[in-house]
Amino acid sequence: MPLRKDIHKVLVIGSGPIVIGQAAEFDYAGNQVCRTLREEGLEVVLVNSNPATIMTDKTMADKVYIEPLIVPVLKKIIKKEKPDSILPTMGGQTGLTLAMQLAKEGFLDEQNVKLLGADPVTIDKAEDRQLFKDMLEGIGEPVIPSKVVTDIDSALDFADNVIGYPVIVRPAFTLGGTGGGICETREELKVIGSAGLRQSPITQILVERCVSGWKEIEFEVMRDAKNNCITVCSMENIDPVGVHTGDSIVVAPAVTLADKEYQMLRTSAIKIIQELGVEGGCNCQFALNPDSFEYAVIEVNPRVSRSSALASKATGYPIAKVASRIAIGYSLDEIKNSVTGKTFACFEPALDYVVVKFPKWPFDKFVYAKRTLGTQMKATGEVMAIGSFFEQALMKAVRSIELGLETMNLPKLKKLTDEEVQQKLYDTDDERIFVVYEAFKRGIDLETIFDITKIDRWFLSKINNLVYMEMFLADGDLTEEKYKDAKDLGFLDSTIRELSGQEPPKRLPAAFKMVDTCAAEFAAETPYFYATYDDENEAEEFIEEHSTGKKKVIVFGSGPIRIGQGIEFDYCSVHCIKALKEAGYEAIIVNNNPETVSTDFDISDRLYFEPLTPEDVDGVLETEKPWGAIVQFGGQTAIKLTKHLTDKGINILGTSADDIDAAEDRERFNELLDKCGIPQPEGKTAFTADVAVKEAEELGYPVLLRPSYVLGGQNMIIAYSKADVVEYMGIITRNGELENPVLIDKYLMGQEIEVDAVCDGTDFLIPGVMEHIERAGVHSGDSISVYPPYALSQSVIDKIVEYTGMLAKELHVLGLVNIQYVLYENTLYVIEVNPRSSRTVPYISKVTNVPIVDLATKILLGDTLKGMGYATGLVPSGDYIAVKVPVFSFPKLTDADSQLGPEMKSTGEVLGIDKDLESALYKGLLGAGYELHKVGDVVLFTVKDADKPDALTVAKKFEKFGYKIYATTGTCDYFKKHGLDAHHINKINEPEPNTDTIFDTGEVDFVISTSKIGRDPAMASVQMRRKAIERSIITLTSMDTANALANCLLSGKTLDSVNMVDINTI
Amino acid sequence: MTSSSKMAYREGKRAWLILADGTVYSGFSLGAMGTTIGEVVFTTGMTGYQETLTDPSYYGQIVTQTFPLIGNYGVNTIDPESSRIWLRGYIIREWCYEPSNFRSKSTLGEYLSQNDIVGIYDIDTRALTKKIREYGVMNGAITTHYPEDMDELLEKIRNFEITDAVKSVSWDSPHYFPADDPKYDVVLFDYGLKRNIARSLNKRGCNVTVVPYDYTLKDIDKLHPDGIMLSNGPGDPAENTQVIENLKEILKTDIPVFGICLGHQLMALATGGKTAKLKYGHRGANQPVVDVALDRVFVTTQNHGYYVVNDSITPDIGKVSHYNANDGSCEGVEYKRPYTFTVQFHPEAAAGPQDTQYLFDRFINNMEEHKNK
Repeated sequence: MPLRKDIHKVLVIGSGPIVIGQAAEFDYAGNQVCRTLREEGLEVVLVNSNPATIMTDKTMADKVYIEPLIVPVLKKIIKKEKPDSILPTMGGQTGLTLAMQLAKEGFLDEQNVKLLGADPVTIDKAEDRQLFKDMLEGIGEPVIPSKVVTDIDSALDFADNVIGYPVIVRPAFTLGGTGGGICETREELKVIGSAGLRQSPITQILVERCVSGWKEIEFEVMRDAKNNCITVCSMENIDPVGVHTGDSIVVAPAVTLADKEYQMLRTSAIKIIQELGVEGGCNCQFALNPDSFEYAVIEVNPRVSRSSALASKATGYPIAKVASRIAIGYSLDEIKNSVTGKTFACFEPALDYVVVKFPKWPFDKFVYAKRTLGTQMKATGEVMAIGSFFEQALMKAVRSIELGLETMNLPKLKKLTDEEVQQKLYDTDDERIFVVYEAFKRGIDLETIFDITKIDRWFLSKINNLVYMEMFLADGDLTEEKYKDAKDLGFLDSTIRELSGQEPPKRLPAAFKMVDTCAAEFAAETPYFYATYDDENEAEEFIEEHSTGKKKVIVFGSGPIRIGQGIEFDYCSVHCIKALKEAGYEAIIVNNNPETVSTDFDISDRLYFEPLTPEDVDGVLETEKPWGAIVQFGGQTAIKLTKHLTDKGINILGTSADDIDAAEDRERFNELLDKCGIPQPEGKTAFTADVAVKEAEELGYPVLLRPSYVLGGQNMIIAYSKADVVEYMGIITRNGELENPVLIDKYLMGQEIEVDAVCDGTDFLIPGVMEHIERAGVHSGDSISVYPPYALSQSVIDKIVEYTGMLAKELHVLGLVNIQYVLYENTLYVIEVNPRSSRTVPYISKVTNVPIVDLATKILLGDTLKGMGYATGLVPSGDYIAVKVPVFSFPKLTDADSQLGPEMKSTGEVLGIDKDLESALYKGLLGAGYELHKVGDVVLFTVKDADKPDALTVAKKFEKFGYKIYATTGTCDYFKKHGLDAHHINKINEPEPNTDTIFDTGEVDFVISTSKIGRDPAMASVQMRRKAIERSIITLTSMDTANALANCLLSGKTLDSVNMVDINTI
Repeated sequence: MTSSSKMAYREGKRAWLILADGTVYSGFSLGAMGTTIGEVVFTTGMTGYQETLTDPSYYGQIVTQTFPLIGNYGVNTIDPESSRIWLRGYIIREWCYEPSNFRSKSTLGEYLSQNDIVGIYDIDTRALTKKIREYGVMNGAITTHYPEDMDELLEKIRNFEITDAVKSVSWDSPHYFPADDPKYDVVLFDYGLKRNIARSLNKRGCNVTVVPYDYTLKDIDKLHPDGIMLSNGPGDPAENTQVIENLKEILKTDIPVFGICLGHQLMALATGGKTAKLKYGHRGANQPVVDVALDRVFVTTQNHGYYVVNDSITPDIGKVSHYNANDGSCEGVEYKRPYTFTVQFHPEAAAGPQDTQYLFDRFINNMEEHKNK
């Protein structure tokens, strides 16, 4: 069947802000969908609240709405735009749930909107636990014995009397399994079960037999309307059942299954998708008993997902693209495989390599968060590595996750005794694979490790190979053969040199192989490569055969998504590539993140899926011999390569390594500011705790501590006392001595302001000034940011422009620079200068209409701002106000403190755009998930002394709105003293009723809580905030955020009073 | 060092792969020592190496696995598709000397040694595959002794031909496989049969008598079959002139016939169709096939170097019922003769997808209808 005749205008729903469990993979999917639909001549209306995405670029769709992803907003947009269809399966769980709500309410029928690719019956059969079980039983597919319950007593009864412990709790309709977990005992079931019931929007959990230790296998299946089915890829989790697949190290294809097991599960997956009737892509997860053919279906996702993004990148089969063609009427045998150009989408990819996915966890930022992995996903991102050998791919993956590791040796494990290492094998956490490695090194045998971890012996044996190779390298001559073996297993030359103490006999250059979906059966044209060690370098051949005579530029990507370095940098990388191609250059990307648009093989002229380390990058440089390289769009990951590239004599386009250093080296930066006469907070440096304490005392507390060369305020704190400084220095030096000093600054709690500027060496352009709602002290990434500034005087803005120009000139910035200022007691200070792209670039590009990355890229190629028709200085602001609101993933990170500070904690952001500040802020807050109407009737305050005056102001506003104000002793006394009638409530560690029990009553809508020191989960204030978050109560830790929210409530805004803004009309 | 024993597999004996065009690849020996000559082909299946090794259709061939990790789950006693390994040599990238699977009885290396098969690993199998793709199927040799006289070996390689393939792999006496709940009697011609064809029939209530390839109408007549099944097998179909003549006789009856792979090709030749050699064949578990009548596409297992020329199936023979979605080549024929159909691919799978087992059901239906006529 070709394109359906009844489809002309399609609404595509995105997945909203990046949160744990829902990340860049949906931008990748959305991007493919929008491109595909428009290729088919359809009109596309896009809604997504996330401004950092590529899919919300003006050119991606005919209408682009960056609006809150909630039902009433979608209704407004549907009424306004009148699409005839809606594609619900591309925007993750968020998009799917919204579309189903609209369908079930009858709204879609009423508006004559068709659902493409799935219908509510299908979705319910996959997502409602009971219907899912019934569906599987109906087609004879095995399920794990389980029961759906809606109260805790039934859960306990089922576990006690039917299946026994341990059991797994899975809440219905939650994202990434939020609120679930394994319960070893009755007591644990009480706690986890109750939490799960609360988190489920329909108060429903599944209690099931625990099959932890079974193999976890996934299949990506495609189906069209003719009932044709194929499986794109199988995947096997190294971590057996029990760890969320998003937190598992995953291998593609499945490697430990014989054909009979493989086909058994493949056939089951196809039966399931046929029964569900999904038209598009579907993910099926299985548990397979390692000792028999017994298996059970764990979960089915009837939509594109993180796994489908991984499967697409692992095979070269573009699942989202094919799924969208299916949704609009095509069948699999009508869709060309764009990789081969000869075959069709109805074949199954054959791999001739092996792929390893490795998660990136945020525990380096949340040092106190519980690292245990279970059914709740905790990773913020992931990397993928491709190799000819499993060991090679695993080593590449470990290098790509940016833990500073070249091998599987985790330094901190060296300190443990053999017994401690063995004991640590029992911990199912983010470090387990490294513990396994260490255990082999300590001589613990494979069977012991297997008994404890249940990781398949195949994987253990392979990991052991790496240990043997280390020993082998350290022993005897480094022969050519031994060297080749080490390279096959993924060792770097630098490691080989270090372990053997010898130079490689004959250096083996990396040979690149093509990812072609067909294991070389057909000639393919995919410019998608990975490195291995062989005679034939296909990338070299490809470059020769496709010689264009154009200059070649390599763009280095930003690696895995993590807090502080997110999807924004992928946006920048992709725009840079597009600008390079437009300007007549060949654009080449090196990156290792399977979730992103930049690693879609038809974005750049060539894609190298490789770790972003100096030695891995060398292979690409040798093959490509580029004219230039660009590092300023790939975040700190790419910036870190600057020195290496400079040493190699690579032409780095943009700000020089020396100037980057001048911005990051404390002393050089101080000199520069002195020279310009620009004030900065007084600061010092220190390598050790003793010096740090001395310097901090000299500056006077509070002080700001941070390491040099960081992004996202990694490991940054405000220290109020000597104890804070000592604790901090302890954490920061835990992996050994520092290479660069810790910076210690006087902390100024002023108004924070941020700008991005494009500079050509002579002129500079500031698209817009962004003013933060929160004062300094809250990381800029965690602040609500407003464009254009709402409270700054013209003279301050003039000064910002002046300073920005001076800094750009003095630092010889070519391309982008991001500068953060603080206005404190009427003096403007510079806090930070980053000569690279920043996380605000995507949204400010969209709201100002200044294509920042494109301009910067063209400047790197020799253009000037004047030449491109831009004046110097600040671009006048337009008619719209844009408010960026951060979004956090705290519910998923057990024990992580939600108190905001100088270290970034948010995982994503949304944007509110409207013609006035109140409306924009209202939309921003709604989009970020804040409930802006009264549900309960209490706002609870418990704040530190310094915050009490501001808290009083805020409390009065909440009271005016009709809330009762509850407060703990100190805060309550202060409020009463200042004429506010607050109710006293005991703290969590005081007798009940207290702040613990009141959260269970459902009366509390907001908690406003700060403490002098947070972080440590043993502290009462942290526990109280955690409890509030677990109860889904909005918890604010900045008086400024609370004030903005209170103002927003008082402004009386409703959805009726705001506009739906198509940003193509701005 | 103590660990060297563990790494010994990487220090194995050298072996060489020599192609008819003179290309020499150096690798390591796997399985038996010695020299073997055959037709070098590749298969893209990612699982099912034991089924591949024991598939008689590979007779005379040296098989390259494009998937680099082979031997992961060891070898067992259940998965073989025939009594022994038929292929003449095995080329892989890496073999797993520490397999992991609950059914595993020994390693791939041991299995090849026991079956006296010369193999080679640590070969850039992708480069080799590309070569075969570009130049077409090519003869080659694997040897564990570097030839003193390369020209002599090359001469032997170039002169190698697969002959008497079917005769070599077929049983020489009938074998009976009863069903638990028998409804039909099927005669299954063994041209190089995969066991799962018999199992697939047994499962559907057919008592199966496997007969030698050269059985005639007279030989089978006394078995009073409800249906005749023509198996897969190796080699050039046109070489089997006597078998084709026998088939012509059998077709004069009205017994339902179902043919697979070589059986499909022989059937076409017996009815006036033609066969030809593909450049490098279809071997793997991911070949898409369109069933014209159903308007559906199925993923199939395939292993063939020859095909039935589409245009040679004239209306008086029948019609092309299936074709390959990639290259359009004929994948099945529905004959004018009632209750007669054949397919090029392997509905019995093993290894590979089970998506076309409905064809066995169709055969059963044909027998049932024919019986009731």
